[in-house]
Amino acid sequence: MDWSLPPNFSTHGDVIDQLFWIILGLTGLAFVLVEGGIIWFLVRYRGTPSRRAHYTHGSNRLEVVWTVIPAVIIVVLGGYSAMVWDDIKNENKFPEDALEFTVIGKQFEWNVVYPGVDEVLGTSDDFEVRNQFHFPAGENVIVNLRSEDVIHSFFIPELRVKQDAVPGMDNIRIWFDSREPGQFEIACAELCGLGHYRMEASVTAHARADFDAWQASQVAENGGE
Amino acid sequence: MATAIAEPTGRAVIEEAHPQSFLRKYLFSTDHKVIAAQFLFYTLFFLMIGGLLAVLMRQQIAWPTEPLTLGGILPETMVAKATDGAYMLPEFYNALVTMHGSVMVFLAIMPMLVGVWANFLIPLQLGAHDMAFPRLNMLSFWTMVPAGILTLASFFVVGGAAGAGWTLYAPLSARPDLTGVEMGQILWLIALVFVGLSSILGSVNYITTVINMRAPGMTWFRMPLTVWALFITAILGLLAMPVLSAAGIMLIFDQTIGTSFFIPSNAAGDALSGQPLLWQHLFWFFGHPEVYILILPAMGFTSEILAVGSRKPVFGYKAMVWALISIAFLGFIVWGHHMFQSGMNPALGLAFTVSTLFIAVPSAIKTFNWMGTMWRGNLQLHSAMLFAVGFVAMFAIGGLSGVFMASTPVDIYIHDTYFIVAHIHYVLFGGSLFALFGAIYFWFPKMFGRMMNETLGKIHFWLTLVLFNVVFFPMHGVGMAGMMRRIYDWTGYQHLEGIGATNQIITIAAVGLFASGFLFAFNFFWSIWKGEKAPDNPWGASTLEWSVPSPPKHGNWSEIPVVYHGPHEYSHPDVTDKDWLGQNERPDVVTPAAGSH
Repeated sequence: MDWSLPPNFSTHGDVIDQLFWIILGLTGLAFVLVEGGIIWFLVRYRGTPSRRAHYTHGSNRLEVVWTVIPAVIIVVLGGYSAMVWDDIKNENKFPEDALEFTVIGKQFEWNVVYPGVDEVLGTSDDFEVRNQFHFPAGENVIVNLRSEDVIHSFFIPELRVKQDAVPGMDNIRIWFDSREPGQFEIACAELCGLGHYRMEASVTAHARADFDAWQASQVAENGGE
Repeated sequence: MATAIAEPTGRAVIEEAHPQSFLRKYLFSTDHKVIAAQFLFYTLFFLMIGGLLAVLMRQQIAWPTEPLTLGGILPETMVAKATDGAYMLPEFYNALVTMHGSVMVFLAIMPMLVGVWANFLIPLQLGAHDMAFPRLNMLSFWTMVPAGILTLASFFVVGGAAGAGWTLYAPLSARPDLTGVEMGQILWLIALVFVGLSSILGSVNYITTVINMRAPGMTWFRMPLTVWALFITAILGLLAMPVLSAAGIMLIFDQTIGTSFFIPSNAAGDALSGQPLLWQHLFWFFGHPEVYILILPAMGFTSEILAVGSRKPVFGYKAMVWALISIAFLGFIVWGHHMFQSGMNPALGLAFTVSTLFIAVPSAIKTFNWMGTMWRGNLQLHSAMLFAVGFVAMFAIGGLSGVFMASTPVDIYIHDTYFIVAHIHYVLFGGSLFALFGAIYFWFPKMFGRMMNETLGKIHFWLTLVLFNVVFFPMHGVGMAGMMRRIYDWTGYQHLEGIGATNQIITIAAVGLFASGFLFAFNFFWSIWKGEKAPDNPWGASTLEWSVPSPPKHGNWSEIPVVYHGPHEYSHPDVTDKDWLGQNERPDVVTPAAGSH
């Protein structure tokens, strides 16, 4: 049985996982408080014909306490979440040195457009590979995400990245990295039709030298297209 | 408004003087109690259908590469028959995913919360003869009937039932060439428009009745919390359902007459002007208030049953009312939290995170007040009370797991995984359905004049509680492992290698959970005919419906009652002969204006 987050390889993943465990701690505490309280009341105040319940309509002081405490926790959590979110998603904060790819989803495959040796998209040495995403580990990666037909969702669990690809929207960009070389998969996380379950592509984060070698082999195969 | 306007008297008397035909009395009745019972039978039937779809789906998830048990009896549009058995087709799996969600939300839980209990309880708890518009009320039930028929029929048309998810994301839902489903999707959308119509008609009626037909002395803050919850729910329904109906009609147009509201390009690849995100905005502008339509009435029932079962007034009555109102208000400004990863401008994520997290505050207020109601009580643990306590315990888990999604960075990972599936079921099943079972055990005697069997009720509770948690708690873990929602076969993914055993345990428990429903159904139907005769007030409850015979006669009251007290007066020190004080008795006893303390 595997009930934990998969191993993380990305820089974003560290903060995302950290937030996950912080929230689990906070909600875990609330969970114990509420469920423990309910069980304790059930045992302690179990009805007997001889007793009469305590007559009260409530307490304003308690209402204030259990309004303010959750509100404070929420504001702190919300503020911190918003900062992390902005660091990940705000395009003005995207790294300038990132290597850019275009990934196009369509029923039921992922096509990856590579920038080629000049590392610039939209030039003549670009090449496309179906269902294989290779990139250098330890470097920042930006993906322009497109869809040709329906909504797909680009999900690489080990890199903690997920983003919908929407047909008709050509401005969706995400950035991430893999600090170590590794072998992962792109899964589709948005129901996209009868082959949704098998819309997967292999992802390889190479050491830089290996990535260059792989790219050279692809260029050779494509015959300088 | 200090005094409420009572309905002009005399109608009940007139109707009694004219005996009605069988058809008018039981089928095309305008009596709110009969309509409530009709809704109850209807929704229990669809609850069973929805459960059946879930069990079929679970079998595929637990054993994705094996043939289905009894798969041979299904038609070839649903299974592929091979020599070693019948294998589920992925398109049928998608239909199961879609229709399980749709049936449960639109044909089971929502009409059971509102159609059944708003109809039954609003006039009885407010001291009215009937609803403000009895014929409209009858129509709101009968518009649900074609919705149900179309939904069932859609499984058997060419292409099968709708398969784009209950959220109907365009363009998948709008372009038959991408799914192979055409008629099934259209039938389901037409059914949805009928559901919307029914809900809007009902809402108008409930709002009018609550505003105009409260008995003398039934001030706003003497209304039972159930009525408050149903009143606010009706406002939500009136504002949200037209948006869904309009969006649904636009989607039908995209499919049938060539519009492109939500379609950016057609099968030939021509660019059109449609926006897939427009669908999501419209759907969730309805969909998030809908989530609260599905939980607020449950909160009302729970507050009421907890007070009766604890023999105490509701702790913090006014705080409970304000919490309901603020949840309803916030419910309209959080829809974007379903769309954090949708391609919507990430800057909007901030606003929706804040509004979403703030819903935790009124939810916490309600949870602590429920616990406050139990505190120092004299707890009567009958089946209804057990389910109400179960609601608080399970809703708390569903509320807490929501915090993970509200935090946008965490949502990047858990969005569209089984973590979400766990969350929604803790709220909708552990929350809404637990409260509904509680409500049925609690008001059954008033509705049918007989008691349900308590022993069977308690067995049903414990089976439901245990099996529910075995089914849905592990889904948090499966979601953490990264299992995506709505996948027919997860065995091809390296990150999902370790989840097989968990999925099998979930499925086995799900079959048990489904089976435990039949224990409830047996108790329900057996008690209607053979149950012990119910007294007028079996639970010693203080609200008005318990001051009339079980079941109440047509018109409810010969004389409209006068209200002197708040709704939940239990164990008042000045009342010594019993531990409750009816809202309409003992004007000499001084009770605090509800909520002041």
